[in-house]
Amino acid sequence: MPQNVDKVLDHENLFREPEYKAMFDKKRSQFEFRVPAEELAKQIEYAKTWEYREKNFAREALTVNPAKACQPLGAVFAAVGFEKTLPFVHGSQGCVAYYRSHFSRHFKEPTSCVSSSMTEDAAVFGGLNNMIDGLANTYNLYKPEMIAVSTTCMAEVIGDDLDAFIKTSKQKGSIPAEFDVPFAHTPAFVGSHITGYDNALQGIIKYFWDGKAGQGTALTRIPNESINFIGGFDGFVCGNLPEIRRMLDLMGVEHTILCDPSDVWNTPTDGEFRMYDGGTTKAQVEAAINAKATISFQGYSTEKTMKLIKEHGHDTTSFHHPMGVTGTDAFLMKVSELTGKPIPKELELERGRLVDAIADSQAHLHGKKFALYGDPDLMLGMTAFLLELGAEPVHVLSTNGDKEWAEKVQALLDASPFGKNCKAYPKADLWHMRSLLFTEKVDFLIGNTYGKYLERDCGTPLIRLGFPIFDRHHYHRFPIWGYQGGLRVLTMLLDEYFEALDANTNGIGTTDYSYDIIR
Amino acid sequence: MSLTVDENKALIEEVLKAYPEKTAKKRAKHLGTFEDGKPDCGVKSNIKSLPGVMTIRGCAYAGSKGVVWGPIKDMIHISHGPVGCGQYSWASRRNYYIGETGIDTFGTMQFTSDFQEKDIVFGGDKKLEKIIDEIEVLFPLNKGITVQSECPIGLIGDDIEAVSKKKAKEYVGKTIVPVRCEGFRGVSQSLGHHIANDAVRDWVFDKVDPNKNAFESTPYDVAIIGDYNIGGDAWSSRILLEEMGLRVIAQWSGDGTIAELENTPKAKLNVLHCYRSMNYISRHMEEKYGIPWVEYNFFGPTMIEKSLREIASHFDDTIKANTEKVIAKYRSMVDEVIAKYKSRLEGKKVMLFVGGLRPRHVIGAYEDLGMEVVGTGYEFGHNDDYQRTTHYVKDGTLIYDDVTGYEFEKFVEKVQPDLVGSGIKEKYVFQKMGVPFRQMHSWDYSGPYHGYDGFAIFARDMDMAINSPVWGLTKAPWKKAA
Repeated sequence: MPQNVDKVLDHENLFREPEYKAMFDKKRSQFEFRVPAEELAKQIEYAKTWEYREKNFAREALTVNPAKACQPLGAVFAAVGFEKTLPFVHGSQGCVAYYRSHFSRHFKEPTSCVSSSMTEDAAVFGGLNNMIDGLANTYNLYKPEMIAVSTTCMAEVIGDDLDAFIKTSKQKGSIPAEFDVPFAHTPAFVGSHITGYDNALQGIIKYFWDGKAGQGTALTRIPNESINFIGGFDGFVCGNLPEIRRMLDLMGVEHTILCDPSDVWNTPTDGEFRMYDGGTTKAQVEAAINAKATISFQGYSTEKTMKLIKEHGHDTTSFHHPMGVTGTDAFLMKVSELTGKPIPKELELERGRLVDAIADSQAHLHGKKFALYGDPDLMLGMTAFLLELGAEPVHVLSTNGDKEWAEKVQALLDASPFGKNCKAYPKADLWHMRSLLFTEKVDFLIGNTYGKYLERDCGTPLIRLGFPIFDRHHYHRFPIWGYQGGLRVLTMLLDEYFEALDANTNGIGTTDYSYDIIR
Repeated sequence: MSLTVDENKALIEEVLKAYPEKTAKKRAKHLGTFEDGKPDCGVKSNIKSLPGVMTIRGCAYAGSKGVVWGPIKDMIHISHGPVGCGQYSWASRRNYYIGETGIDTFGTMQFTSDFQEKDIVFGGDKKLEKIIDEIEVLFPLNKGITVQSECPIGLIGDDIEAVSKKKAKEYVGKTIVPVRCEGFRGVSQSLGHHIANDAVRDWVFDKVDPNKNAFESTPYDVAIIGDYNIGGDAWSSRILLEEMGLRVIAQWSGDGTIAELENTPKAKLNVLHCYRSMNYISRHMEEKYGIPWVEYNFFGPTMIEKSLREIASHFDDTIKANTEKVIAKYRSMVDEVIAKYKSRLEGKKVMLFVGGLRPRHVIGAYEDLGMEVVGTGYEFGHNDDYQRTTHYVKDGTLIYDDVTGYEFEKFVEKVQPDLVGSGIKEKYVFQKMGVPFRQMHSWDYSGPYHGYDGFAIFARDMDMAINSPVWGLTKAPWKKAA
C-alpha cells in the first residue's frame, strides 16, 4: 500500500510508488492510443532544431504561451492604487473572477473587485441596467469612496458608453450625483495589461483634473515644488514603491505617488480584513496637478497618462524601469535636476555599496549569457543592468513590446561590447523563446513563473523576475528598484549561478573536485 | 459555534440590511437554513448573479475550457478571442497528466488567437483557419483541436462551426470541436459545462468511427466521469476501482485522451463523481447507448466504502467480494489516520463555499475526522444539487447560494468557524481575519484528496491548517494583555 500515515506521501511522491506506476503504464498502453514512441522521440528532437525554429518564427496567427495579459487586468491594478477605491469592471463576470484570482495568486493577498455581471440579455439590449444596479449595490455594500470603472471585451464589442451609463445611473439615483466614478474603456483586444493600466490611470487623473466628466469644474494649475511619481504596472510594487518613497524622503523631495497599491496588497494578518488600505487619496490626485514635474518609471505602461499630464504643463520624464547603478543614478539625477535638491550622502553610500557588491561578484556574471522576457519597460531596465554587470543579454523578448521597442533595445545592445550578437524579439511568445533557447543556448533565463516550463524543457535555469510569480513566495515584498533593489536582483542572479554551479559539480568522486567551499 | 435555525434567520436578516431593497429581496431567496425533513435546502439557485455584489462565480468559458475540455491532454484547446481568458486559466487548475508537453500533450500550455481590433471588426474566422494550419505544422502529433469561444466570438457573428468542419475535412480524420462557451452565456460556469458536454456528444460521439482505436471489451469496463484529476484525484480513485477488479477504460477528463472519450460508449457502467459538470453526458450515454450511471463519493472512508459497495452492486459476486477485500485492505491505514488526527480535530466547525460537488461531497470526510460542517453553499449549483445536499447536512446548517463577498465575510464573522474551505479569492480575506483556511478547489496545491490515499493527505492538511502555530501569533502580546 503506497500511503503511509507516519509520513504522509504527497502527490510528488505518492504517484511514483510502484502501484501507481503500473497503473499509469496500463492506462497508457491499453486506452490512450498515444503516438508510437519512435514518432514521439523524433518530434521531441525535431522541435529543438533550426528548421523547427524557422517554422515557429513563420507563425502569423497562432500565439502559444504569451507573456502578456489583457487590458482590464491592468485597469484593476491601477484602481486598487487609490484610497478606498473599488474597481468595477463592466461586462461579463467571469473576467473579474479571473483578475482577482490572478492577483491573489501573485501577491498572496485578497483583491477586491466587482463586475456588472452582464449576460445574454445585456448582450442584446446593452448593459445599462447592469450598470445602474451594479453601482448601487457596490456603493451600499462595500462603502467605497470612489468606484473606478473599466470594461471587458464584451461591453466593448457591443459598444456600451461608460460616460453616458454612469451619468444615467446617477440620474436614476443609483449613487449620489457627487460620488466619484472615474472610468476608462479598456478593450481586451487592444494592447495588453500595461495598456489597461495606462488607460485606467489616465481616466482617473483626467476625471479629477478636467472637471469630473463634465460634472465639476476643471482644476486650475498653480505650480509648486512637488513632483509626482508613477510606477506603472509592477509585480514588485509592494517592495518598490516604499523604496521610491524612502529615496525621495531622503532627498527631502515633496512628492506624490499616483497609484499606490503597496499597502492594500500588503496588509497584516492581525484578525482584521482590510478591504481598503492606503492608496493615493482623491485630495492627493487633485493636488498633483500643481506639481512642477511628473516622473514615470515605466514609459510603455504610462504613454497616454504622461501625455495627458504633459498637456497640463508638467515637466514630464518617462524612464524604462531603471535598475542597477546607472539606472538608479539617472533617476536620482533627474529628481535632483527637477527639484534642485542634492542627492544625499546616504544614497551615495548605498550606491557605493551596490558598486562594491558588483565588484565582489562580477567575475561570476561576466560573459554569462542570459535570455529574458517580460513587459517592455522591464526588459529595457534589465537589459541595461545585465550589460552593466558584464553579462550578455542574448535574447530579449517581449509579447507586448512592438518594433519601436525592439529598436530601443537594439540600440542599447549595440552601444555595449557585451551586447554583441544579442537581439530583441518584439511581439514574440514563450514558444518562440523555446526555439531560441534550443538553437542558441544561454546560461540563464529571466522571466515570470511560466518560464519554468522553459527551464524544464531546455534545461536553462530560471530567475524569477516579472509578473506573475505564482510558484515562489514573497518576492513582491522586496524592492528591485533603487540601489537596494539592485542589490536584491544581483543576489538573485548570483544565487541561481551558484546553485547551478554546485548542481553541476556535486557528482561524488566524479565532478566534486570543483565543488568548492569558497566561491 | 453552530447557530440555531432562529439565529441563522436573524443573521441572514441582519446581513441583508446592507443591500438596497430590491437586491435584498433577491438575495434573500438564496440564503437559508436546512431543516430536517425538507426535500431541499430552501434556497433558489442557478439564477443570474446580481451586478456589483462581488459574486465568486466565473463564466461559461471557465466551465468549458477550464473544467471539461482543458484536461483532455492530447488535444489542443484554442482560447479563441482576446488573450486574457486563456492567460488567467493557464495551468491554474492543477489537472495532472502524464505526457511530453508541447509534443504529444498540451495540458499546461496556452494557445490563443490573441484577438486584435481588426479581428473584431473583420471577424476571426480566417485567423482561426490559419491558426489550425499553424498548429498542424508546429504540433503535428496533436490528436484534435477544440475552439473555446470567448465573449466576442458570439457577438461578432463568427462561424466557428463552418471553420471546424472545413478544416476537419482538410486534415482527414481530425477531430475539431467548436465550443460555444462565450463567457456571457448563462449565469455561471455551469452552462459552460453543459455546452462542453453537448459538444462531446455532437462533435466526438456522433462523428467517431467505431473501429478506430478498438479494443476488446470486458464485462468489467467502467468509465470515470467528472473527475478532473486535480492533484491526482482521478488516479487515487482509479486505483481503487482497478483493485476491485474493474477495468477503467476512460477518465473524464483529468489525464484523459480523445481516444478515451471516443471509447466511453463501450463502458458497462459510468461512474460519476462531479454530477454537476457531467450529468448531461452521462444521461446522454444512458439514453443513446444504454449505459447506466451511478454517482459516487470518494471523500473520506465512510463515503468511499459506501460508494465502493454501490458501484460493486452493479457487478457480479467476484467484484463484490473483491470490494470487501479492498475495504479491508485499507481499513488499518484509515484507522491510523483517524486515530492520529481525530483527537486534534474533533468538534471543529467548518464553513464551505465551493463549486461542483464539493459543498456536499466533502462533508463526510470532515465528519470522519469528528468535524462538523455548519455552513455550506454552491457557487453554481442547481436545485438538484441542493436536493442531494439534504443527505449530507445536519439540521440548522446555514445555506448560502452564490454567496457574495460581503455575505460570506459577515457569516464567518458571526459563526466563527474553526476552518473555512473555499477558493483563492476568499483565502486571504479569512486568513487576515485569523480564520484557518484551505482552498477546496485546488486543494491548496496539495492533494489528491480522493480515495484512501487522498484521505490521509486531506486529514493531514486540515490538521496543519487548523493547528498551525501561526494562529496564536495574530494578536500582538502587548495588545492581548491590554
